[in-house]
Amino acid sequence: MGILINSSTKVIVQGITGREGSFHTEQMAAYGTQIVAGVSPQKGGSWVLDGKIPVFDTMQAAMEVTEANASIIFVPARNATDALFEAADSGVELVVCITEGVPVQDVVKVCQYMSNRGVRLVGPNCSGIINPGEAKLGVAPSDCVIPGKVGVISRSGTLSYLVMSEMKSRGIGVSTCIGIGGDIVQGTTFVEALELFETDPYTERILLIGEVGGLEEERAASYVAYKMTKPVTALLVGKTAPQGKKMGHSGAFIEAGIGGIDSKIEAFESVGVRVVTDIKEVPDALQG
Amino acid sequence: MKLYEYQSKGFFKKYGIPIPAGHVTSIAREAKQIAEEIGLPIVVKAQVLAEGRGMAGGIRLAKTPEETEIFASEILSAKIHGLPVQKVLIDEALSIEKEYFILISIDRAKKRPLLMMYDSGTIYIEAAANALFENLDRVYIDPLIGLQRYQIHQLAYKLDFPGKYIRNLTEICMGLWRLFCDLDARMAAINPLVITTDQRILALDGKITLDENARFRQESLTDFVDLGYLRYGELEAGKHGLDYIKMDGNIACMINGAGLTMTTLDLIEANGGKPANFLDLGAGVNTEKILAAMDILQNDPAVKVILVCIYAGMTHCDDVARGLLEAMNRYDSKVPIVVYMGGSMSALGNQILSGSPAILVPSYEEAIRKAVETAAGQG
Repeated sequence: MGILINSSTKVIVQGITGREGSFHTEQMAAYGTQIVAGVSPQKGGSWVLDGKIPVFDTMQAAMEVTEANASIIFVPARNATDALFEAADSGVELVVCITEGVPVQDVVKVCQYMSNRGVRLVGPNCSGIINPGEAKLGVAPSDCVIPGKVGVISRSGTLSYLVMSEMKSRGIGVSTCIGIGGDIVQGTTFVEALELFETDPYTERILLIGEVGGLEEERAASYVAYKMTKPVTALLVGKTAPQGKKMGHSGAFIEAGIGGIDSKIEAFESVGVRVVTDIKEVPDALQG
Repeated sequence: MKLYEYQSKGFFKKYGIPIPAGHVTSIAREAKQIAEEIGLPIVVKAQVLAEGRGMAGGIRLAKTPEETEIFASEILSAKIHGLPVQKVLIDEALSIEKEYFILISIDRAKKRPLLMMYDSGTIYIEAAANALFENLDRVYIDPLIGLQRYQIHQLAYKLDFPGKYIRNLTEICMGLWRLFCDLDARMAAINPLVITTDQRILALDGKITLDENARFRQESLTDFVDLGYLRYGELEAGKHGLDYIKMDGNIACMINGAGLTMTTLDLIEANGGKPANFLDLGAGVNTEKILAAMDILQNDPAVKVILVCIYAGMTHCDDVARGLLEAMNRYDSKVPIVVYMGGSMSALGNQILSGSPAILVPSYEEAIRKAVETAAGQG
């Protein structure tokens, strides 16, 4: 059990006929996720996944015949903004955007538009959401995680997979993992994700995986101090990151002394949050 | 990507923001001619992407055309905070009555653009958009409707901005907002905006940072990339969609995912090694991309070992393995390669590489240890 998605969530895949879209549709469906339709302009009327999933030209057409409440976007960056607005207008409540490279000014417009309509965005440039044993709306490898009581929030996809597989090897499971994404602006921030886990009865504690860039970890630390009752552990990476360079993620840069890892470590430690900087220390920190 | 002062001011002019008379040059003799054209006194400004260049001797006030040439020549042959100076900006020197600082940036927490205004002095502006300057006055901009004139007035009245210049200020801020949107900027600042003793209002200096994600629709702006700032391999890597940063150690890294790459570099150092680079393969890994990456890593003379760590979600281990195999066959390099693969298709990936010279290790931890040992053994 966990947050945002479960086995009754009905999902439309935007960009279902592309390489990533079709590979991950198969993975998500095999995990038990209800994929009710796909959208791919000019491919409407066809079927994918051995004729099990209908493809439509537009979200509007897909929504007319399905009762979807979520969408996931694999559309390339050039067209992702359009896909995001289309999703926001379609009537789904949750949109997960996997696409990397969406211009930040488009992301702020989309965030504003979705928030005006009460639609939640996760991403962009993220690994999506996995609710172990229930559903997967993202690209995390299905076998890296087992169900459990730890809520995971991560800016980085691959790092969260490795951490969850390390947890799995010690029998520690996850209630939900939310990949919030590595961009400058995220549809769902650390603070908003913490808020969701705080009220989720199935989550007992939270692991936050942060990195260099911005001040969202610092904001999360102060949120933990003032608003959270559940224990939080933080894994923070990027100690060796040089100043002024973008470390892969467009949001991961240290500029004018802002965004360095030491200040993030200090922010968490000063409010009593256990911080680790090595993946292999995570299981002990979660059990201790 | 950051623009130089002279580039930023070029855009200011285009968007109706007044700037001092001036020209940029890389030749000291030309500096003298420019000074003769625009009149005295003159300020000579080093064009470098570094904070605090004034303190480092990068800004000098000249009283004669001859002095302008001397200062230009001195600055062009100097290094400012370790950076060579390719160009100097020769501007008319102004007699300043009042200074302001104006910034448009994106607030990460609020997920909105903001306009900030401050009524004096120099400030580290990249920092200002974040929480450090929470006491500065600001307005948040609804990105769907854009900056509104009343918002500029709100800030101006709070700062007691001189009434007779409020109309100019409004047009300057609206110009800055249009520029910010049109260029897909992450940040645009006038630092400072000045009111002179001869009653002019103009942008004395400016900073613009562009959003690299928007490059696909801002192709003309790639001309502004300063290749002089790139280190070994960074240009070549960029062409192949690889996020590569040259560092000073001898353990080359090829990793998928930014977070995993950062943590790998941290752990290499924690185990006593030194990373030679940051390299995130990014999305859409294929043989061509792996070949390009291996070419850069193997030809870095500092490199003693290459560490490949793949934990596959978006990336498929078998694609990486095929690329590595092809690279080993094609390049015939002596540099040892340590490989760890986990996640999607990792069994297949390992199978493809079995029998190759690559050293396959079963865990991430061991991969890092093995790479550090190998580098030390050969060092």
